[in-house]
Amino acid sequence: MTAPTESILEVRDLVKHFPLNYGVVFKRQVGAIKAVDGVSFDLRRGETLGVVGESGCGKSTLAKLLMALERPTSGSVRINGRDITTARGAELKRMRRNIQMVMQDPYTSLNPRMTVGDIVGEPFEIHSDVAPKGGRRQRVQELLEVVGLNPDHINRYPHQFSGGQRQRIGIARGLALQPEIIICDEPVSALDVSIQAQVMNLLERLQNEFNLAYIFIAHDLSVVRHISDRIAVMYLGKIVELGNDTEIYDNPTHPYTQALLSAVPVPDPEGRETRQRIILQGDPPSPANPPSGCHFRTRCWKAQDVCAEQEPALEVRPGSAHPSACHFAEVRDVVNAE
Amino acid sequence: MSNATVAESAKDKDARPEKARRPASLWSDAWHDLRRNKVFILGSILVLILLLMAAFPSLFSSVNAYDPSTCDLSNAREGITSKHWFGTDNLGCDTYSRVIYGARVSVIVGIATSLISAVVGGGLGLLAGYYSRWVDVLLSRLAEIFFAIPSVLGALLFLSAIGRENAGAFTVVLSLAVLAWPLILRIMRAAVISAKNQDYVTAARALGAGPGRIMLRHIMPNAIAPVIVTATLNLGVFIAAEAGLSFLGVGVQPPTISWGLMIGDARRRFLEAPEPLIFPAIFLSITVLAFVMLGDAVRDALDPKLR
Repeated sequence: MTAPTESILEVRDLVKHFPLNYGVVFKRQVGAIKAVDGVSFDLRRGETLGVVGESGCGKSTLAKLLMALERPTSGSVRINGRDITTARGAELKRMRRNIQMVMQDPYTSLNPRMTVGDIVGEPFEIHSDVAPKGGRRQRVQELLEVVGLNPDHINRYPHQFSGGQRQRIGIARGLALQPEIIICDEPVSALDVSIQAQVMNLLERLQNEFNLAYIFIAHDLSVVRHISDRIAVMYLGKIVELGNDTEIYDNPTHPYTQALLSAVPVPDPEGRETRQRIILQGDPPSPANPPSGCHFRTRCWKAQDVCAEQEPALEVRPGSAHPSACHFAEVRDVVNAE
Repeated sequence: MSNATVAESAKDKDARPEKARRPASLWSDAWHDLRRNKVFILGSILVLILLLMAAFPSLFSSVNAYDPSTCDLSNAREGITSKHWFGTDNLGCDTYSRVIYGARVSVIVGIATSLISAVVGGGLGLLAGYYSRWVDVLLSRLAEIFFAIPSVLGALLFLSAIGRENAGAFTVVLSLAVLAWPLILRIMRAAVISAKNQDYVTAARALGAGPGRIMLRHIMPNAIAPVIVTATLNLGVFIAAEAGLSFLGVGVQPPTISWGLMIGDARRRFLEAPEPLIFPAIFLSITVLAFVMLGDAVRDALDPKLR
């Protein structure tokens, strides 16, 4: 794993509330969807941070905030010390070179009316000083080669490629500006399992080749474990546990992480029947009206009065080495438990 | 890991060879469908003949060498003869030549009106759909004001207000286009709103693309098809509207030759001499039909969802 170096991305107290308006002419705000509700973390050069959580927990909103595609309600996202959330115009455009994105669905993320050459070459047209005009076609072909596509297919259209190949095109577009950070928003969840492995291996190879830092968003825990150095577990807009892969997978301390891990399918039938399953009751509460105190308390078997009164901070708790947002955090190995 | 590298080197195996040669630009896709469409072929042959008629009327009328403006009163209402294939009208002018020369105004009015309304409506629709908020409110309400006016009645009022002495092909185009752009704006706006939420637009924004590039390179190519379809279908509508306005006497004025005018002039003597009314009417009907066929075929090829 990568040795800790200086962080290139610092996220502090990031909050995004989408207002809920009521009324046709005179809109008044009746509430807010708290999609991201106070998220902080660092990302180091060349590191992969996995972000996991169930649908609707704010993973994709977090990605949009980091990409400055949405303006946060409060908080900051610093890339090499400069805050992208307050950047505008030319400065924002310059900062975008350093942070790029691979999107979830390769069938909708490529413009069907543009050729592969136009799609992958568009970054050079937007940032015209990155590659000289004459050399752009060659750069595009190099990029196609890097992601494992035939450079002669430069004049083809997206629909002439399979899902895995389209995702490679999306990755080539993300690489074009030579960013230091790439945000992968569920980059393999729309692909077949056999193609998933190819794309994951490509991402790993590119990371080693270009020293990229990834934020890898997924809901598939085994995919995340495969690629991540550190993992953040999100629940209802907050990070509930943050640690490296062994800390999260073998020594989870937050009840939600334990419940998630106990649901991971185990391929080995030996002992599968007898292993512990933690089955959570109910649905995640609405992000428009999250519970007081700890957001997870409504589904937690450990919940006590203090959980409703006091919001647990994400901090290192006694008995474990990594931060966890639970008043009653304790290690419980659900993956290897018999 | 070795499995993975094998898998990676096999990456081109899942290409789709059967589609490999088919490009996907808007027009080549459409052309692929249109070539096989009988309605399109018939419609476009008729339209081509009509365009040729409009551009070089002498090619067609030179056969019997009657200039449409040399009229012989002594031959008025002559009926079909070997000299005058379509007979002569009240003033003894050759109906055949006049029908041929009348195509020009119809074609000019149809194409110009369609083009102007598509450019104005399409452009404003793009802005309204992309910027939404107050730009959308402003443009959409403005469009609704024009939309509330029934189009032929509105053009009739406008043209009779400016008077016959000022009327002509240009004012007909203007009055029809002023009333037609709101429909195009609505269609474009709706198509833009659905296109701008696509992932590839988000991807372009993430790359730092400005609004101009996003609108012209990403949204417009994916939103223009219904506008082209409507504009093509409108061609026939505008040609019919021009004939109607000219028939009523507020459209183009003599000595310009127009099918609508010819029908209007011939209607009082219809029982005595039906030819000067029937032939322009047939040409008008076939022209409108040809453009509607063309429009239908283009719609099927470009925008199957509209069917």
